[in-house]
Amino acid sequence: MASTSSTSVGSGSTVVTWVLRLVVVGYLFFLIGWPSALIVRRTFEGGTQAFTEALQDPDVTHALQLSVVVALCAVAINLLFGVGMSLLLVRYEFPGKRALSALIDLPLAVSPIVVGLALILVYNPRFGWFGESLDAHGIQIIFAKPGMVMATTFVALPLVIREVVPVLEDMGDDQEQAANSLGANAWQTFWRITLPGIKWAVVYGVVLSLARSLGEFGAVKVVAGNISGETTTAPVLVQQKYQNFEQQTAYAMSFLLVAAAVVCLVIVALLRPKDHKPSRATATAAIQEKAS
Amino acid sequence: MSTATARVAGGRPARVRRPASRHSLTKGSALGLGVGMIWFSLLVLIPLTAVVWTAGEGGLGTFKDALTNKQTFNALKLTVLSSLAVTGVNIVMGTVIAWVLVRDRFPGKKLLDLVIDIPFAMPTIVAGLVLLSLYGAESPLGLEWNNTRKAVLLALAFVTVPFVVRTVQPVLEEMDTDVEDAAASLGASRATTFRRVILPTLAPAIFAGATLSFARAISEYGSLVLLSGNLPNRTEVASVRVYSAIEGGNQQSAAAVATILLLVALVAIVVFDLIQRRLARRG
Repeated sequence: MASTSSTSVGSGSTVVTWVLRLVVVGYLFFLIGWPSALIVRRTFEGGTQAFTEALQDPDVTHALQLSVVVALCAVAINLLFGVGMSLLLVRYEFPGKRALSALIDLPLAVSPIVVGLALILVYNPRFGWFGESLDAHGIQIIFAKPGMVMATTFVALPLVIREVVPVLEDMGDDQEQAANSLGANAWQTFWRITLPGIKWAVVYGVVLSLARSLGEFGAVKVVAGNISGETTTAPVLVQQKYQNFEQQTAYAMSFLLVAAAVVCLVIVALLRPKDHKPSRATATAAIQEKAS
Repeated sequence: MSTATARVAGGRPARVRRPASRHSLTKGSALGLGVGMIWFSLLVLIPLTAVVWTAGEGGLGTFKDALTNKQTFNALKLTVLSSLAVTGVNIVMGTVIAWVLVRDRFPGKKLLDLVIDIPFAMPTIVAGLVLLSLYGAESPLGLEWNNTRKAVLLALAFVTVPFVVRTVQPVLEEMDTDVEDAAASLGASRATTFRRVILPTLAPAIFAGATLSFARAISEYGSLVLLSGNLPNRTEVASVRVYSAIEGGNQQSAAAVATILLLVALVAIVVFDLIQRRLARRG
């Protein structure tokens, strides 16, 4: 930190410090701060009563329920897959490991629309690679909940892994070995040693996944199709309401969606011990290191 | 860290006390890997292969058709150019923001740190709504930027703010000011110290963030839906083109544009990696 002894760039001259400060505050204020504040104001322009009324629309409650169910399913799957894959990638050696760890990051670079397209091409009941035979067995994926869960899981897939992998690597496996040599079996070692060590990374990954899953728009929109609101999730309904000039409802839902995500992030920021701050840089570096 | 020594022993000490230097798969973990791989293939690998496959089925002609279609070409051009511009802005602004957050101290800094996370937490469709409130028709500033190319840049800048900041911040936090002091005491000017000492250390993080932000920008859809108006040849981006092709039942041309987007992302990842290595070496 910039102490009095460090006279160099660390503290900087007052002019430069002030210019940088102003530039940063100005940029973030005009890009994020002011627009967000405006939306909150417009949401509550009609008082809290208009807000609650807007949310009593049956379409809205249905969409919100659907969004929560889909997001929870996707997060549960990604939690299981993410923790398992992280353990495999860090603690074991197998052929193709490097390729796999590079591929796991792939969903971050794919457009949500392309995610939807990809799932449609494989699971569409009419022309999909597997869709036709699944349809013959009465399993419908596209235009139904399974497809929406898959699309949501796809886009949020790397989030848990990116948080857990660097922590697992930092931790080493001294304690796990000690537990093993004292006669603990694999489950006991995992529950008593490994899990407590990666707890915060897992929680952080889950919260990020939940925020991402609740808000997923493009991929779900492609996969869900336009079936009479039966498969309309909250973000998709925000678009429809806004375009139907029901702005108040759109604002109310938006506020609810953002509030849920922000509350999650704030709770985690408060709960998490200071020294356990998982850093995205180490995650990125670790993943890139393995990929190269 | 004792990770090197920690990985020496095996997972089953009862039987294999000191096997090879890495854990090979046990029965349970092999089963886990198998199940994981099947799920990963069904969810990600096979569907993405299907996209490239469907696009390739029509031969090169499909790609040629996609690129010679004026509307598609303009959409791709707008997407790539805007994403490059926004990534450039992020490289500079992201580094500056991270710098201020780590090295500066002023009241309200915590709030600033929280604001950075808002684009991560905000659903993309809401991001579009939010920007409309200040830059749309009822703008208190009188800026009617909706349905213009400025709106595209704005939306992309909004959703990609956190990437460079959050990759550079921890590296700056861990960086010792000793080296900077040493450079200064040896007579280096502040600009030289920044260019020769600080920048090379930050370069990998900056470009890791830049890669993420470019990949995100070229694939953006949700925040643009309400904001850019999707005017053909003017504000329509590639993702919107893919979406309308899907809607129109033309899976093959959708797949062709999608494949081109995937290729652009791939090329960008390689190019950014090369630049970053160059910069890191020059230091």
